[in-house]
Amino acid sequence: MSNQEIVLSVKNIEVIYDHVILVLKGVSLDVPKGGIVALLGANGAGKTTTIKSISNILGTERGEVTKGSIEFLGERVESLGSNELVKRGVVQVMEGRHCFEHLTVEENLLTGAYTRRATRKEVHDDLELVYGYFPRLKERRRSQAGYTSGGEQQMIAVGRALMAKPSVILLDEPSMGLAPQLVEEIFQIVKALNEKEGVTFLLAEQNTTVALRYATYGYILESGRVVMDGDAAMLAENEDVKEFYLGMSGGDRKSFRDVKHYRRRKRWLA
Amino acid sequence: MSPMILNTIEVMLNGLMTGVMYSLVALGFVLIFKASGIFNYAQGVMALFAALTLVGFQSGQIPFSHLINVVFGTDYHNWGPGMNAFLAILLTMAVMVLLAWLVERLVLRHLVNQEPIILFMATIGLAFFMEGLGDMMWGANIKVLDIGLPSGGSFWWEDVTRVWATEGSEYYGMYIDVLDVWAAGIAIVLVIALTLFSQYTKTGRALRAVADDHQAALTVGISLRTIWIVVWSIAGFVALVAGIMWGSKSGIQFSLSLIALKALPVLILGGFTSIPGAIVGGLIIGVGEKLFEFAIGPLIGGATENWFAYVLALMFLMFRPQGLYGDKIIERV
Repeated sequence: MSNQEIVLSVKNIEVIYDHVILVLKGVSLDVPKGGIVALLGANGAGKTTTIKSISNILGTERGEVTKGSIEFLGERVESLGSNELVKRGVVQVMEGRHCFEHLTVEENLLTGAYTRRATRKEVHDDLELVYGYFPRLKERRRSQAGYTSGGEQQMIAVGRALMAKPSVILLDEPSMGLAPQLVEEIFQIVKALNEKEGVTFLLAEQNTTVALRYATYGYILESGRVVMDGDAAMLAENEDVKEFYLGMSGGDRKSFRDVKHYRRRKRWLA
Repeated sequence: MSPMILNTIEVMLNGLMTGVMYSLVALGFVLIFKASGIFNYAQGVMALFAALTLVGFQSGQIPFSHLINVVFGTDYHNWGPGMNAFLAILLTMAVMVLLAWLVERLVLRHLVNQEPIILFMATIGLAFFMEGLGDMMWGANIKVLDIGLPSGGSFWWEDVTRVWATEGSEYYGMYIDVLDVWAAGIAIVLVIALTLFSQYTKTGRALRAVADDHQAALTVGISLRTIWIVVWSIAGFVALVAGIMWGSKSGIQFSLSLIALKALPVLILGGFTSIPGAIVGGLIIGVGEKLFEFAIGPLIGGATENWFAYVLALMFLMFRPQGLYGDKIIERV
């Protein structure tokens, strides 16, 4: 990773909710230009919090980055407003889609271009670009987003982010609640956007199998700390990752007691 | 036509006009509720405050003159002969925008992501504060508001309708207040303008986006603060229009702030989130209460106008809680 240009760099951040709940206990990660970096971990590991602290919308949930720094293109951004960050090209796609239900599909996409000072023509071209990646959205452009399916809503959310012409998309849990086939479809589009549009991705995912297949690099979070990181291929081969995240434990059936023992030990060490 | 039918029509017409006045107040509520989920209790007081400020500017009053005179022992009241209505309206609008900015700065900013009930309480506080502020700035005496709108009964309409009655019957024509007709016209223009604004402009779209999902709006780069200032400014403008209309009709007195209560059933009928709903709700209540009073009132001792709207609203709450035009709560299974 050392020879690549780092666009987004999170340095040892600590996040506290409500002044008392310590959620991130020093998370550091680097996102190289043009990469797809996966942020892996179980429920409550701190994936979403990490993403939200980058996009700076923690304030609405009474969360606060209390230590460390976040740099985008070498500039510190943790005290910028979320709208300023979108203007600079870092856009978040929230977990659980969060479409604007009462707006039509097309209006949803148009809100994505809110921060841009683009001409009507430019916006129109970008709409067509998004429809090129998501043909299904074009068919449903006039229907209310609230009545579209889960997969379509995820497409709206990603398409909406694209409308901001971002250089980095923070994609939170794109597979949530989607059928395996759709998950694959969404990830393929992520890959295509990465290669053709040059968009850098930081994606938080519980579905480790799929994420490691598409990502270039991965970080594994456990209770607010990075416990392991490395190239995606390397992580996929790692014994611990295989056992705890990929559900593979080398053929033989293992006694449940051993697993518990191992986990307990690990927790104490962490 | 028999005079009986004509009388009924007259009552209905006047009901429609009253309804428009209710709608004007309800409109301000809808705007703020849609964009921020806040039921702004202070909307009525905003109308009062706007009207007071308008008259103050128009008549050349010095703001806070009572306070200044008490503290410095002076005797200032006016800075001059006043200004014309148009200029005064523009200045009042500027004051309302400033007020919107202050509300965002001092109240809303600190209550982001709080429970709706907390925000509601904050607007109750705001209502009391503004009532006091209005009193201190412009004095508590009842004022006459005249920005040159025609008022009084229309003789033309009386003449037109007189001949409708059957030959030989005693009928002297319908009464309709010209001011009410003006109010209706202004309300229609206002609603069309607001609808166009929210449907077809970038800011309007952002307003609706914020109404749907605060956090998602943040992630696409919409600044909640800007949106709130815009919304409260528009609500301030609507309050100003409502204040002008009610003030021209019945003079500016502090009970004007209570018209907010009359807007509540209108909102329940029309739906809290619908601009056309506020208008239709207002009209139904206006016509409903006048007709009810006219037809059934005498049988049960009258004064039904005081409670009719609330009973109607109560029935709506039982059978159609989102109102006639309110946003359907979208639930996918």
